[in-house]
Amino acid sequence: MTGWRRYLPPLLAFPAVIALWEVLVRAFGVESFVLARPSAIVSSFVANWRVIRSAGAATLIEAVGGLAVGVVLGVAAALAASRWAGVRRGLVPIATAASAMPIVAVAPIMNQWFTITSPVSKMMVVAVIVFFPVMINTVRGLSEVDPGQLELMQSLASPPRRILTGVRIPSAMPYFFSALKVASALALIGAIVAEYFGGPQDVLGQYIINRANLFAFPDAWAAILVASFIGIGLYLVVSAIERLVMPWHVSMRTGGPP
Amino acid sequence: MTTATTAAVGAVGLGKVFEGTGRQRIEALQDIDLAIAPGEFVSLIGPSGCGKSTLLRLIGDLITPSSGSLVVNGKTPHQARLDRDYGMVFQQATLLEWRSVRRNVELPLELIELSKAERAARAEAMLDLVDLAEFADHQPWQLSGGMQQRVAIARALAFDPALLLMDEPFGALDEMTRERMQQEVLRIWSRTGKTVVFVTHSIPEAVFLSSRVMVMSARPGRISQVIEVGLGARRDDDTREDQRFYEAITEVREALRHRQGAVGGEPVREATS
Ligand SMILES: Nc1ncnc2c1ncn2[C@@H]1O[C@H](COP(=O)(O)OP(=O)(O)OP(=O)(O)O)[C@@H](O)[C@H]1O
Ligand SMILES: [Mg+2]
Repeated sequence: MTGWRRYLPPLLAFPAVIALWEVLVRAFGVESFVLARPSAIVSSFVANWRVIRSAGAATLIEAVGGLAVGVVLGVAAALAASRWAGVRRGLVPIATAASAMPIVAVAPIMNQWFTITSPVSKMMVVAVIVFFPVMINTVRGLSEVDPGQLELMQSLASPPRRILTGVRIPSAMPYFFSALKVASALALIGAIVAEYFGGPQDVLGQYIINRANLFAFPDAWAAILVASFIGIGLYLVVSAIERLVMPWHVSMRTGGPP
Repeated sequence: MTTATTAAVGAVGLGKVFEGTGRQRIEALQDIDLAIAPGEFVSLIGPSGCGKSTLLRLIGDLITPSSGSLVVNGKTPHQARLDRDYGMVFQQATLLEWRSVRRNVELPLELIELSKAERAARAEAMLDLVDLAEFADHQPWQLSGGMQQRVAIARALAFDPALLLMDEPFGALDEMTRERMQQEVLRIWSRTGKTVVFVTHSIPEAVFLSSRVMVMSARPGRISQVIEVGLGARRDDDTREDQRFYEAITEVREALRHRQGAVGGEPVREATS
């Protein structure tokens, strides 16, 4: 499975599924509030393109902004935890416990703290959601280093700083990127859920709620579709960065040339 | 005669205990006395678990002794390590998988802060030496186990350390490559006058390479016998046919067998569970 051939099955399956969906909905006369027809969704998408696009952009900014804040703080906390045992012992159990909480529950609080009308409040929800998996995984990556490699550096009398930059951080990269992929999906979920709790109207979450309340389901579905594409896009961007930053790992995984 | 203080590696009453809870306490080495002269090639041989790697790691200051004293090039092992006196080849190749083969060999050269040009030249020469010049830009995972081990050897030699500590470096190699690498190590050794401490499981390898073979016994780990190999400094393929080569092999084998059986010796102590 090399190159574009890898993408062939999904590329063929996707239109087939859509076509089947359209045919079945028509054949059984399913009402649009139960399941909208793909053709209706597409025409809603075309008709409302401008609104959906600006709503999508606003949501994307919230997701990416929050992701950036959460990732930066998560990595900083992980570096501190790997540097100071005290920080590690104090922070890691708390982070593990906190990541088990349904963190979207903090959305109403963030909306109050950071002004419900400001996108910053949504970003903060996203940042909180993203922070924990990024931090926990990065701490694990920084500490689960091949002991042989540490011994090698020790035998060469390497200064501790070089061990961090030369061994620990490269070893942590695969852990970091697998966390980042999960986090990029969480970021979008977080942003949309935070929007459900109120705020500016020109965002995907509010658009979906408003349309659904008006029984304009094809409109809601069109926005959901846009959200999915944004999610896929974020994932692809993260994968591309991964490929760029650690080609050794990506090619090791796929078995192809570097 | 080399004494413990003028030696490249000198140990007196050296012991190592791995503390654990209760029965997990392991006396890995007990009462080791040895004096390795500068420029000498010494092999350590003995049954698995007898403490060969532990002794090598003590000399290399990767672990600290529980008792006794150890001097390396007239310094503490710690000082010797800070002075970058050690080139170590471990049982596993331990290459950094995010670096190309070339950059792995350059790693110690970066730490001693050689210029970029000098690093490249040295890495090139070392990879040539281990016959991997054409793999310089490959990633470690694209190499076989034996090739990876040769990269590790090139890395250890690259910064020209005074002391080479090698822990079964040729374990992963086929017989032919192994014999060629043995010749290479001997060539490097006679040319550079490095002190080499070499751990192996192979009796012919120990005999072929060394001026002296130290035979170890297990539980607790001790040096049970030291065998002088009277083969002279020059060794080549003919050496392997030499009568003296076979005699030395027999001598080492008997020393090992005698020890392992422990018949008539002190009772075998159960140190581990
Ligand atoms: N870090 C450690 N902690 C506890 N015990 C250890 C440790 N390292 C080694 N040992 C114990 O010390 C003894 C000697 O181990 P060592 O690795 O030196 O043996 P070896 O002679 O190198 O064996 P092999 O030929 O199999 O490599 C063993 O019983 C082992 O279990
Ligand atoms: Mg060993």
